[in-house]
Amino acid sequence: MTATTPHVYRSTPNPLHATLLAGTVPLFLGALLSDIAYFRSYQIQWSNFSSWLIAGGLVFCGLALLFALAGLVRAAHEKGRALLYLALLLATWVLGFVNALEHAKDAWATMPLGLVLSVIVTLLACAATWVGLGQARAGGAA
Amino acid sequence: MKTTLTLSALTTALLLSACGDGSQTATQAHGADPKLPEPQRGLLPSMTIADPAGWDGDKPTVPEGYRISAIATDLQIPRQTLVLPNGDILVAEGRGGNAPKLKPKDVIAGYIKAKGTTSVKSGNRLTLLRDADGDGRYELNQVFAKDLNAPYGLAFHDGALYVANQDALVRFDYQEGQTEASGPPVKVTDLPSEINHHWTKALTVSPDGRFLYVGIGSNSNITERGMEAEVDRAMIWQIDAETGAHRPYATGVRNPTALAIQPGSDQLWAVANERDELGPDLVPDYLTSVQDGGFYGWPYSYWGQNVDDRVRPQKPDLVASAIKPDYALGSHVAALGLDFSEPAMGERFADGVFIGEHGSWNRENPVGYKVVFVRFENGRPSGEPVDFVTGFRSEDGKTRGRPVGVTVDPRGALIVADDLSNTIWRVTPAR
Repeated sequence: MTATTPHVYRSTPNPLHATLLAGTVPLFLGALLSDIAYFRSYQIQWSNFSSWLIAGGLVFCGLALLFALAGLVRAAHEKGRALLYLALLLATWVLGFVNALEHAKDAWATMPLGLVLSVIVTLLACAATWVGLGQARAGGAA
Repeated sequence: MKTTLTLSALTTALLLSACGDGSQTATQAHGADPKLPEPQRGLLPSMTIADPAGWDGDKPTVPEGYRISAIATDLQIPRQTLVLPNGDILVAEGRGGNAPKLKPKDVIAGYIKAKGTTSVKSGNRLTLLRDADGDGRYELNQVFAKDLNAPYGLAFHDGALYVANQDALVRFDYQEGQTEASGPPVKVTDLPSEINHHWTKALTVSPDGRFLYVGIGSNSNITERGMEAEVDRAMIWQIDAETGAHRPYATGVRNPTALAIQPGSDQLWAVANERDELGPDLVPDYLTSVQDGGFYGWPYSYWGQNVDDRVRPQKPDLVASAIKPDYALGSHVAALGLDFSEPAMGERFADGVFIGEHGSWNRENPVGYKVVFVRFENGRPSGEPVDFVTGFRSEDGKTRGRPVGVTVDPRGALIVADDLSNTIWRVTPAR
């Protein structure tokens, strides 16, 4: 019986995976907004907020990466899309990590590169989330 | 996919640029006019943290014609020492600071740096050492005062023993021969102690005993705790011994870690630790005569008018007024001890200052970890620093001790506090 059952491809990220993935967006976006606030005000507390938000983003993003990797291994149909999702998420994490190191510099030494990286990482996180959560619709068809 | 590859190539390049300073040497620019390189900082600051190991009966190295011995061991983090008129030695023991961790960096760097220091609990006390028979063995070793708060700077004038705790300047009445304080100290004045990122309060007294000078370090490396945290920081206070009233004597001194009065001229001198994370050869720690009302640059600039771009907002007017220190000791050496020599130290080391260098962390190739002598000529430092006590870092890369306070005993000895092995060393000319 089991041998003849068609393989069920789970295209929708499970709730935990989805939460981790979607959570990267407000965390990295929050870091970006804090960076902008620091850039405009010179108030160091914004830079501290930004550092922690990036650290949080890396935790969420790192765990989502594990799910993405598992998803790629199990993907029967949409290999290309799963790979793109993984690649985007990996890029988000790697550049996010570089941004965390950049934010570990003291005071204004984080600027302007920290702000530029925050913009890129936020855009990457949005793209990864779009592709990752978009799998549900594209999944079954092919 | 192509984007990803480009991005990871970029990342690799960035990470590689972080490991950049292999070309540095152990020799650095010293003296009145050091050649300063451009600031540099990779993605990660270069770090080499001391890897502690015991002395195992071994001793630091001293020049030919000198002897060294440990006169007290197993102390509770000795920092600065004071030689009393009768030859007794007081040792301030403790560890201070209560800076909160503001960033993920503080959590990680704090953990790493703590590995290079002692794990002994803060003594918060003064220990008295006495060599009654003059055989060079300090047979009496007892607690002189306890329940202090991270005592560091010590000074004595005419029956008054001053101790700079991390939060207050206090005074004990002292009678010659006393081996224990007769009671709790009297507070002269509170000292700035919020956060206390740099908690050590260096201390010296004017020759007439009227004024005390206290060194107060900055509350950050380079304003990363905000400018509000820097009120009353990075300066040297002049305090009236009688009333406790204070005024800033000199400002912009990032971390004045030791103060001393030059015999003869009665001029105040200081050693100061400069800012980190600008590269292996920036910014030189320095020895300087301290000018009344002088501004020495921190945080806006270093070594005169070299602007530090990490500070916002900047203050060009203040930078223009910044004084160049007298003598560069080398970047990251962490000078923590200073005392003027005496003829009894022997001809070669009679005129000049001894400086205790705790040793670097923010440098791939470690520097410091020794006591140096800077010769004076016509009352000013001159020539290269000369090694006086070395061997704190052994060739296997282990660190066996880290010098802090240095005090010249006018009878002809240099007392060196070692806060890693918790030892007091005594160097004497071999007679």
